[in-house]
Amino acid sequence: MTSSSLIKSFERAKEDDRAALLTYTVGGDPDKKTSLNIFKSIADSGVDIIECGLGHGANIGDGGAIQDSTYRALSNGIKTNDIFEIIEEFKKDYETDVIIMTYQNKIMAYGEDDFLKRCISSKVSGIICVDWPWPLNLNFAKKCKENSIVFIQLLCPTTNEDRLKSILSDAHEVVYYISMLSTTGQKLKVSSDEIKKRFNLIKKISPDKKCIIGFGITADTINDFKDTDACVVGSALCREITRSIDEELNPAKNVGNMVSDLKQKLSS
Amino acid sequence: MKLEKGIPLIDQHDENGYWGGKFGGNQIAESLNYPIEELTREFEKLRNDETFIAERDYYFKNFVGAPTPFIKLENLTKHLGGAQIYCKLVSKATGGAHKAYNAVVHSLICKRLGKTYIGGDTGAGYAGKMLSMAAAKFNLKCKIFMGVKDVERQSINVFSMRSYGAEVVPVSSGSQTLVDAVSECMRWWTSENEEAHMCVGSTVGPTIFVKICAWSTAQISREMKKQVIDEFGDVPKDMKLINCVGGGSSAAGFWNEWIDYDHVELIGVEAGGPEGSSKHAAPLTNDSPIGVLHGATQYVIQDDQGEIEETESISAGLDYPGVSPLHCYLKETGRARYTSASDEEAIEAFQLVSKNEGFVSPSLEPSHAFAEAIKIAPKLSKDTIIVVDSCGDSAKDSKIIAERLGYKI
Repeated sequence: MTSSSLIKSFERAKEDDRAALLTYTVGGDPDKKTSLNIFKSIADSGVDIIECGLGHGANIGDGGAIQDSTYRALSNGIKTNDIFEIIEEFKKDYETDVIIMTYQNKIMAYGEDDFLKRCISSKVSGIICVDWPWPLNLNFAKKCKENSIVFIQLLCPTTNEDRLKSILSDAHEVVYYISMLSTTGQKLKVSSDEIKKRFNLIKKISPDKKCIIGFGITADTINDFKDTDACVVGSALCREITRSIDEELNPAKNVGNMVSDLKQKLSS
Repeated sequence: MKLEKGIPLIDQHDENGYWGGKFGGNQIAESLNYPIEELTREFEKLRNDETFIAERDYYFKNFVGAPTPFIKLENLTKHLGGAQIYCKLVSKATGGAHKAYNAVVHSLICKRLGKTYIGGDTGAGYAGKMLSMAAAKFNLKCKIFMGVKDVERQSINVFSMRSYGAEVVPVSSGSQTLVDAVSECMRWWTSENEEAHMCVGSTVGPTIFVKICAWSTAQISREMKKQVIDEFGDVPKDMKLINCVGGGSSAAGFWNEWIDYDHVELIGVEAGGPEGSSKHAAPLTNDSPIGVLHGATQYVIQDDQGEIEETESISAGLDYPGVSPLHCYLKETGRARYTSASDEEAIEAFQLVSKNEGFVSPSLEPSHAFAEAIKIAPKLSKDTIIVVDSCGDSAKDSKIIAERLGYKI
């Protein structure tokens, strides 16, 4: 069952006395083979959960670094099926959970049911859909649940308490807290303490849900979130992929090194 | 799917913001939920607030220049034979197009929200130009997002925006046109919504933006209805209202007061692109698949992966792959008919109208609407009244048209 394996990833990190580490990279960036190697390298470097972007050109939530990755993958002809194939191939050798982060039009164009079928066959554990907010997503979330895929609801600093409670009451085992009002990859504009205060409120309302914290977290701040459930680093990794390509270096190796460093900072 | 009589078109959506249970909505990131709820509450309050309405009307009259003329195109009618052709000369509005209505209303709302910073998107540059103009008047800091390709082909409007003190941000992602400008503007608002207000330049985007824009441009048909009755004594028995459709803001405003008059035919003309090219900006005419773009469900030009495809039109203002949920709804209910005109037909229409009428020189956007009028008028009787919304002035397109016709300026 994929949903329980996802929960175990959080629990294993907790046993190590730290938050789980998630990485976000765009699937298929810059091509299928390199992207698979990047996933393997990230997994070998100790990541707990891989968040794989199924990029969309007309996105409304991605910052510059992730947009660069997305456009690179799309202009190299990467299709939704390629992303599933990368994940399927990865899961042959690795237990590490993979969740997909995408936009609604990508799921609509593929067909909701077909998309879920393909998630199951490629062993995807969860889905985050940036522009499919609660409660509009409830039907799809239910379908995910029926297929043991965790649909991850999003929360943010301006989600008021009533809405927060309603979303949490409908949410599956895992939720995602967008730590600040911004697109991805911008400088953290709120303090780590403020983020944790909000995280604690979410945990107080729903102690059983695992809460991922994302947006603006870098190697400099990651240790602040050691005692939370999980945190994501994305844009810094996408930027490293861009740099490695520009300088004709090995992106898988360099991203892997960054992940090892993040993991160490989160564990210390 | 059925239209309701007696209820404004902008209010015929369900609790989730979908027209016909299907088009529109708020498919947005959670970070935009609060500002959209706040804006929705504020707009519902303001549209029922007499002092706000008086303020709007004051600026429409004294600054935008309402009402714009409603005139008969005698020479064109004579030249074509058949139906009588009239024109609502919206291009006489300050700034040269209908975009001033939405810009004024958004600026007034921005002030009521206690915000001092406004941002918006633009394609042809009209929406950006009028927003910068209004922002200057109302002392708002202003930022305009515009695709790099549009910055180049609409340099005259870019110059205007900068003169009014706006910061113009060239957007270099994707196709570098309006679609990317809107995406970038929404990303900007995601970060800045606590301090800044966003103006979407057409009847697209999340439901509240569709509503505010159509509510603003409705001024066109509100004043025209009076002008039509003054001219004919009553609503003519056989009347056709032709408007170009890109995002769809001018058509929504031009038709608003006429929706319940079943005998008034509504014809929307999309951009068919260059003759012989498969690229176009006509999602309604060509039955493009339904998808989500910029927070709303609509017909949208896309590939089988859900990636938005590039459109091509000589007219920057119509060069948008999606279309207003209002027009999707009007198409689906059969209330409006949609067709397209090619780049070449638009240029020919521009020439014919300018040569015959002098005082009317449509920009490339309404030239598409004139192309349809020119096509159908000769086949109709003189008892048929055709009204074309000349929603933009050709000045901004001089360079493009001149080059196309082999002149150097």
